[in-house]
Amino acid sequence: MRGSAPAALRDGARQCMTWLHGWTGLLLGHVLFLMCLTGTLTVFKAEIGRWMRPETTAIAAPADAIVAATRWLDENTHGSAGWYLTAPDAHQNAVQATYDSDGAYVTRALDPVSGAPVARETLGGEFFYRLHFELELPYPWGRLLASLAAMMMLVALVTGIIAHKRIFKDIFTFRPAKGQRSWLDGHNALGVLALPFHIMITFTGLVTLASVNLPWGIAAGYGADVTTMYSDLAPGSVTRAATGEKAPLAPIAPMLATAQRQFGGAPIGRVYVFNPGDTGAVVVVYPSEAQSIGYMSGEVSFDGATGQMLKAWTEQRAGVRAYQTVYGLHMARFAPDVTRWLYFLGGAMLTMAIATGMVLWTVKRRERAPLSIGNHMLERLNVGVLTGVPIGAVAFLIANRLLPLDMAARAQAEVSAALWTAGAVVLAGLLLRPTIGWPLLLGLLALACACAALLGPVWTIEPGMLTINLMLLGVAGALLPVILRQARRRDRTTPVRHRAVPA
Amino acid sequence: MTTGARRSIGWRDRGNVALRVLAGTLGAYLVMALTAALLARTLPMSRVEAVTVATMIAYLVAPAVTIWAFLASGPWRALGGVAGVAGLLAIGAWAAGQPA
Repeated sequence: MRGSAPAALRDGARQCMTWLHGWTGLLLGHVLFLMCLTGTLTVFKAEIGRWMRPETTAIAAPADAIVAATRWLDENTHGSAGWYLTAPDAHQNAVQATYDSDGAYVTRALDPVSGAPVARETLGGEFFYRLHFELELPYPWGRLLASLAAMMMLVALVTGIIAHKRIFKDIFTFRPAKGQRSWLDGHNALGVLALPFHIMITFTGLVTLASVNLPWGIAAGYGADVTTMYSDLAPGSVTRAATGEKAPLAPIAPMLATAQRQFGGAPIGRVYVFNPGDTGAVVVVYPSEAQSIGYMSGEVSFDGATGQMLKAWTEQRAGVRAYQTVYGLHMARFAPDVTRWLYFLGGAMLTMAIATGMVLWTVKRRERAPLSIGNHMLERLNVGVLTGVPIGAVAFLIANRLLPLDMAARAQAEVSAALWTAGAVVLAGLLLRPTIGWPLLLGLLALACACAALLGPVWTIEPGMLTINLMLLGVAGALLPVILRQARRRDRTTPVRHRAVPA
Repeated sequence: MTTGARRSIGWRDRGNVALRVLAGTLGAYLVMALTAALLARTLPMSRVEAVTVATMIAYLVAPAVTIWAFLASGPWRALGGVAGVAGLLAIGAWAAGQPA
């Protein structure tokens, strides 16, 4: 394996690119798998949130829900620096809120009518969204690691294309039950079929984290004055310090109505309230992101104490629109249902392309020679991580149904359940022989999916919850033939197919 | 066959790969960062537009540099090429100066 490097460099461009593709894919492959899986789930972030809060059935217009939320926050928070609210839309009915009270920041879903946090305290789809680019690591390390993995991914994609002889033919090629050949065919088909999506999502993903992974353009243009850059980027957003003098928050409803007129009738998307209860309070309103691909396409700021409009901005600068469009393409908040499903499908294919690529690494080497100790460990790590991450995700859903409603720090307990379960599965994958580990852990995944759907409960007809239930059952069903095949293979006397054996 | 291949790797081949990896990772990032810096200062747009567009273009440069580092005819050539391009970009960005 180690020997292949210099040899590949001598053997010409294509072999060299195959070598580079393998290594860039392998090194952070498990991180990429986690990012792609959670990113794919995030497409249905709102529906997952809906599934995880079954008691919250009230529906209110976006502006009314924001009014209710600010009323509750006004009465129940103390000394806040900011409330960051996302209004409900066609996909989710609760107000998503991040706010601080007495120095501690919390993220809660607020009931759209009462404005109070909902009974079932959970992060919902927000967990997968955050995990996708923060990886449960402290700022900025999670984002930096995610950026590095994305950079590797971009190189792996480009080198993967160059390594190909016949890119079009690969879409239609699949030769099952032929060991390495089958894995390679599957990997190629998954990678090539949605290739434009894979490149788009990787590139736009890097751009969303630009301020962390490539701050040098900002440094060249603005030096250390990042504040000016952010105010140039959103000229309608007012930032000012708290004065320390108390003043009640002016009624929010008229501000939202004014903002909506400013947006040309588009519904309210997000409302940020800075220094509420202070004479220096500012309310910034953004339009719904479902309206256009471009992210944050304008904003209106109001004086929180008087209700007077301070600034309004509709984004029309070509360069900034380009950036917002690239950003919005990654977030997919603009996407109607069919487009969401395409994003989901593309993401699922990329996740599977990474998984098959990781498996292919060891399958390919085993057919040439006995595996080295490192590759033996990689083989087992693959079993653990490729099953552990999805099992952890489903454990998060199951914990949501099983943990008592009045539990302290309930949302964090759900996260812990997901992480400990995933960790235990990774450990099991490392300890078990892969021929036992694969069918056993894939079986556990199928079982977990079926359990989560049953706990849904399975007879729900609410569209968002029904979607999640059907997806869980779909995964469980799709895994069954794979598990059966794996289990049968275990009975065979010669599990390894050698090249030397004539066909 | 495998053992034969293993025996043939010397420090020369390892050094070859190490230098190319250096050029393809740190070198590629350096070129990407300096491309962003140069374009942020020279694109004929408002300051914030130049910064955002420059950053987006810079991402496209990095994979090209990484691939070239492994395709260049020798490791020193790969490292020298990356250093040379980075140097030119740095001089350009420095000469352009921070926009007001």
